[in-house]
Amino acid sequence: MNKRPEIDRRQFIKTSALLGGGLLLACHLPFGRGYAEAASDVSFAPNAYLHIGQDDSVTVIVNKSEMGQGVYTSLPMLVAEELCCDWKNVTFRASPVAPEYNHAEFGPIMVTGGSSSVRSEWSRLSLAGAAARELLVAAAAEEWQIDPATCRAEKGFVISSSGARLSYGKLAARAAQLPVPKEPKLKSGKSNILGTAVKRLDSPAKINGRAIFGIDVHAPGMLTVVIARPPVFGAKIVNFNADKARALPGVRSVTAVEAGVAVAADDFWQALKGRDLLEITWDEGMWGGISTPAMREQYAALALTPGLIARKDGDAPAVLAAHPGRIEALFELPYLAHAPMEPLNCFVDLKGDSCLIRTGSQFQTVDRAAAAKVTGLKPEQIVFETTFLGGGFGRRACTGSDFVIEAAQVAKALGTPVKVVRTREDDMRAGYYRPMWYDRVVACLDKKGYPLAWHHRIVGQSIIAGTPFESAIVKEGIDHTSVEGAVDTLYAIPNLQVELHSPKNGVPVLWWRSVGHSHTAFVMESFLDDLAHTTGKDPYKYRKTLLANHPRQLKVLQTAARKADWGKPLPKGRGRGIAVHQSFGSITAQVAEVSLDKTGAIRVHRVVCVVDCGRVVNPDTVTAQMESGIIFGLSATLYGAITLKNGRVEQDNFDSYPLVRMAAAPKIEVYIIDSQESPGGVGEPGVPPIAPAVANALFALSGTRVRTLPLTPENIRAAIKKA
Amino acid sequence: MITLSINGKAVQVNVAADTPLLWVLRDHLQLIGTKFGCGKGLCGSCTVLVNGKPLRSCITPVGELQGKPVTTIEGIPENHPVMLAWLAEEVSQCGYCQPGQILSAVALLAETSKPDDVAIDRAMSGNLCRCGTYGRIRRAIHVASGKKADKGGKNQ
Repeated sequence: MNKRPEIDRRQFIKTSALLGGGLLLACHLPFGRGYAEAASDVSFAPNAYLHIGQDDSVTVIVNKSEMGQGVYTSLPMLVAEELCCDWKNVTFRASPVAPEYNHAEFGPIMVTGGSSSVRSEWSRLSLAGAAARELLVAAAAEEWQIDPATCRAEKGFVISSSGARLSYGKLAARAAQLPVPKEPKLKSGKSNILGTAVKRLDSPAKINGRAIFGIDVHAPGMLTVVIARPPVFGAKIVNFNADKARALPGVRSVTAVEAGVAVAADDFWQALKGRDLLEITWDEGMWGGISTPAMREQYAALALTPGLIARKDGDAPAVLAAHPGRIEALFELPYLAHAPMEPLNCFVDLKGDSCLIRTGSQFQTVDRAAAAKVTGLKPEQIVFETTFLGGGFGRRACTGSDFVIEAAQVAKALGTPVKVVRTREDDMRAGYYRPMWYDRVVACLDKKGYPLAWHHRIVGQSIIAGTPFESAIVKEGIDHTSVEGAVDTLYAIPNLQVELHSPKNGVPVLWWRSVGHSHTAFVMESFLDDLAHTTGKDPYKYRKTLLANHPRQLKVLQTAARKADWGKPLPKGRGRGIAVHQSFGSITAQVAEVSLDKTGAIRVHRVVCVVDCGRVVNPDTVTAQMESGIIFGLSATLYGAITLKNGRVEQDNFDSYPLVRMAAAPKIEVYIIDSQESPGGVGEPGVPPIAPAVANALFALSGTRVRTLPLTPENIRAAIKKA
Repeated sequence: MITLSINGKAVQVNVAADTPLLWVLRDHLQLIGTKFGCGKGLCGSCTVLVNGKPLRSCITPVGELQGKPVTTIEGIPENHPVMLAWLAEEVSQCGYCQPGQILSAVALLAETSKPDDVAIDRAMSGNLCRCGTYGRIRRAIHVASGKKADKGGKNQ
């Protein structure tokens, strides 16, 4: 699979040219069409999202990047359900960048993120499938000269009341001549495909090595490029000596570009060896002095001063000032790297006024515009092809388009097709990161022991300030992604105040799977647990009381407790912790069981996860995403920290930035609430609860509250010492 | 010229002897199923089999492999029990690490026909998966070994 889109680009362009982008945006339905011409290719492309071949094949054109979340299966399922085709005939193809493939809700950009793919495409793709079905039925009725209302569509055939059958492939040419229905009707009755665990369409290519990721792109005459990058963010080249590098066999050029010194060679190894021989003098600029301990001090000082108010219910500061018993807690969360298994890379072939870019991007329109700026072309002159992504986690939706821009710079300088590949060290040291956070929460309790006032100050960089998205997301100085998960808590707290400080420094920051929730859920759910224990209450029942008015959330919480045997004794040496959080339209609760080994390291044995993500397209995908979110979050919980010393990132590979390995992976049980609510996201909501669930389990086990992530033996010992 | 035996075929490559096998496979032979993840033998994405044993191709100079049979993911038949188990258990997410995972699993099962979880942990802990497919990998190895695996949660 992962067919080269060249085969069909001509088709796309024909189709696209006849599709009005305005019409698309206005009605969410691409019922302009290109099939008068498509019919001459004897295939049927009723809209931009599917096409049916004479061989009965159904190809769904997917406008979302596949980075593990199964979008090349879930989105075709939405089309297939309404099309009533045979699932066996369905294949997928990555869409090009064009207005009809823009995000259905986020505005005029093609983007995959925010756990939004299924939610945002549900209506558009269902209607696309329904329109095609109506056309095929009409084509059959015309062929048989009967009333279409007497025909039905089933498993890739139109069937008449007398039992005559024609396959979609046989009807394609005729259907292509008919006018597209303006208001196709969605079918009624039971779903055939939605809600079933059909197998992923991309699995075979992913196990046999044929799936093409960005790093696998190859072209005749292509050079592989490795860039010597600034040791400090924002540092500039003063001068460099490349004599030794240039003398190496295979090294074709050494060129300074804005991103650094680019070594281009026939293969990666030669380029890397060449880079090792460069002598570069850098002007470190203004960020050569930054170090994590000093930043922590700065953040801690800020946390003692009032910030911008992000939410205010009642008057928390006044209630706290008048209350004798106040409980205060400080939380620290480090910078985190996304560390996708496939290091960042990008292929660019720039020839005069045409340009081909092939890479694994979550942010095609933004990246293409950035490349246009570098090359001096118009965005429309750039063909931007999306490969498979060897992990995204937000890193490949870069507001700064860094990995695309640097490749465009090199392509422009060299005039040959280039593939810029980052080493793991480049990938980890060059940014971007989940911001470092420092939180101070002060609360007091009512007579029954429940929160009366909660005053929460958040300190950390904005990932949005200074990007093109600032005006859309930052309101009155508040970057919503910094406070999400805290300002929208559903816990019944009469006096709640959330404040934000957004200090600036040179560290590039970005959304990291679950974005603000990756931080706020840890603070909210750890502190709530603290309060429950302070009053001698069971932390599960404490949450239940505070969520009494939210039946959906309550059900998730209760199901998690029941499935995890909450309240039943555990073997000696084990502790159990619970957390519940809402994000991206879904609710997740997790219960973790942990122990401590002889070295003081946490071992997580079992995680029970319950999710209510509304209507489900593919339950196995939901389960897989929960499992994935838990392991991803667990790596951050147990090990993850990017730190700086003298402006330099101290971690550079999987030895200094470890990830959870097989032996440390807990047994995970996922339960999906049967729900008819509107669909929620699943790519990210599995992440937020795991860190607090583990920290809460550690407290239950040891009586030690650790508020600094990661939960390493050192941080656990430090917490014991402080307490 | 260095002569290698890749997936049962003799191939000659004109590279420096210190070139890691990974880059010979990827950049010279277009066998792209073997992946680059860390360059230091830390993540297992580049795993291949040499004499049936898993080996990190990113840190193995090609000069050391003259005459030794190398198997890459492209040399594993699609009907291999491990491949079938990987499909049955829907292991892959982003898929980038999976060729390396599969080769480690093939080597494990060649040595131990019915590995227990401890043996699986030992054999597979050199292979990172950022998508966190470990539970499914474990199940798939049990399935490939003919052993019934314990399923996780189900719908409510």
